Amino acid sequence: MGKWSLVTKGFVKDNPTFVLVLGMCPTLATTTSAINGLEMGLATLFVLVLSNIAISALAPLVPDKVHIPVYIVVIATFVTVLQLLMQAYMPAAYTTLGLFIPLIVVNCIVLGRAEAFANKNTVLDSALDGIGVGLGFTLSLTVIGLVREILGSGSAFGFKFIPGDGILAFVMAPGAFLVLGYLMVLFNKYLKK
Amino acid sequence: MAAQSTLKNMLLCLTLVCLVCAALLGGVYAMTYKPIQKTNENILKASIGAVLPDGGSISDQKTTSLDGKAYTYYEQLSGGAVQAYAVKSATTGFGGTLELMVGVLPDGTVYNTKVLSHSETPGLGAKCQTDRKFLDQFQGLGPDKSVKLRKDGGDLDAITASTITSRAYTLAVSNAVELVKSLKKEN
Amino acid sequence: MEYLLIIISAIFVNNILLSQFLGICPFLGVSNKLSTATGMSGAVCFVITLATIVTYLINKYLLLPFGLGFLQTIAFILVIAALVQIVEIVLKKISPSLYQALGIFLPLITTNCAVLGVAITVVTKEFTYGGAEPHLLNMGEAIVYALATSVGYGIAMILFAGLREHLAGNQVPEAFKGLPIALITVGIMAMAFLGFSGIV
Repeated sequence: MGKWSLVTKGFVKDNPTFVLVLGMCPTLATTTSAINGLEMGLATLFVLVLSNIAISALAPLVPDKVHIPVYIVVIATFVTVLQLLMQAYMPAAYTTLGLFIPLIVVNCIVLGRAEAFANKNTVLDSALDGIGVGLGFTLSLTVIGLVREILGSGSAFGFKFIPGDGILAFVMAPGAFLVLGYLMVLFNKYLKK
Repeated sequence: MAAQSTLKNMLLCLTLVCLVCAALLGGVYAMTYKPIQKTNENILKASIGAVLPDGGSISDQKTTSLDGKAYTYYEQLSGGAVQAYAVKSATTGFGGTLELMVGVLPDGTVYNTKVLSHSETPGLGAKCQTDRKFLDQFQGLGPDKSVKLRKDGGDLDAITASTITSRAYTLAVSNAVELVKSLKKEN
Repeated sequence: MEYLLIIISAIFVNNILLSQFLGICPFLGVSNKLSTATGMSGAVCFVITLATIVTYLINKYLLLPFGLGFLQTIAFILVIAALVQIVEIVLKKISPSLYQALGIFLPLITTNCAVLGVAITVVTKEFTYGGAEPHLLNMGEAIVYALATSVGYGIAMILFAGLREHLAGNQVPEAFKGLPIALITVGIMAMAFLGFSGIV
């Protein structure tokens, strides 16, 4: 597999949201607007790349029976680093995303990539894999956020172009499920294979 | 390819990983401690600045209580006299706590208000941060006006379809005004 | 009275699955069959309550007194991982059939964000039930909150599994098959649960 395809496969072929259906909680919860989706995606990307690098470097040294706890500690460490950095330099985003930043620890994408890829590939490949999957995740979250923002508040990336209130249900909980469901239908119909 | 799962190996590995991670975290924590403090301070300063008139210096945080509720407030001093107060005032909105910073002049006039934190419904109650028609009512609201919604016999219009949020907002402002009045009485 | 408000709010108004979006992965994963959904709900309920009690105590008596609040995430996830292991061992002994049914999802409770989510919420979020002053939950309230939340999880999960068993027998357009139609169903359920908002 070429290096470039490691990065691009997350966009469509192995898209973490629409194909692998991983990390659903932040996908649904933080996509009330395109910006929020983008921020959440990038936060996950940060943890994913660092944990992939660390785990691929550590993997040969870790006894098999304790590999899960070790991975969890490594991931939790990077999440905490992210939490501290965001509190210091991006307080607004930290407040908006709230609970879902610490919850990156339990995002199945991160542990999933560690288990499925990083522990049996080189550091460079794992880093590229992290970037690819992370970008795919960011892309899906931004798209979902964009659709919900347009329908729910009549704006895109905070720029309002439809006057009035929009369909509130799309900003609230049900809209998250509906938009993801219908986007998945479109994805299945036009992009898969 | 992985190391053998003997008890010694497992213990050694877990201990080492935990130690390294703890050290890394301790380092990052120490590094970000000052920036985090500074960011929080800046946010606080900005929200105080937003609700008070220009000029003067802001006092340190002071605490007091009124009717069994604890409040934090800041005095804006100019030439030795208190020019205005910024009061942190929290009430219960529709989705949870609604916390405001309220700027009040010594005669009980509201200067301006700002939302510090809220958990109101997006698109409905969350408009209490952006709905100018609602927010502008509080700017320069005189002590002779009654700080209540029209529905409750006052002079203020609520945000459309968000009466509970509007009521909570109004209550937070009126609590702050009462607090300033009681502070004046004490002096 | 406050306990009652906590219970109603946690089960219906702020249902963990349908309005807080925690624990969605196992929700979608095991809700194909009513029986596994019930088993999973039971396991989650047990783990959430137990984990909340333990993490609450750790936070209060270990992390906060020593100024180690920043280690919260890492400490909590390790405690939860250990607890899940214990539950797994116990379940294997007591009920092998249930253990078989839950299969891969039992270790995955560790990465069920509902567990960590509730544990973090309980120690960081200020609650204002019944117009009370905003305050952090005390031990008793935290336990009730955790229990009620996981009951809410169970109710949503079991309701949904029932719907999904019916869906399985229906003809659905090709592109809707599987998850998309499930997600849309959950969306409609969430809309129904919106009707509860504002009662507490």
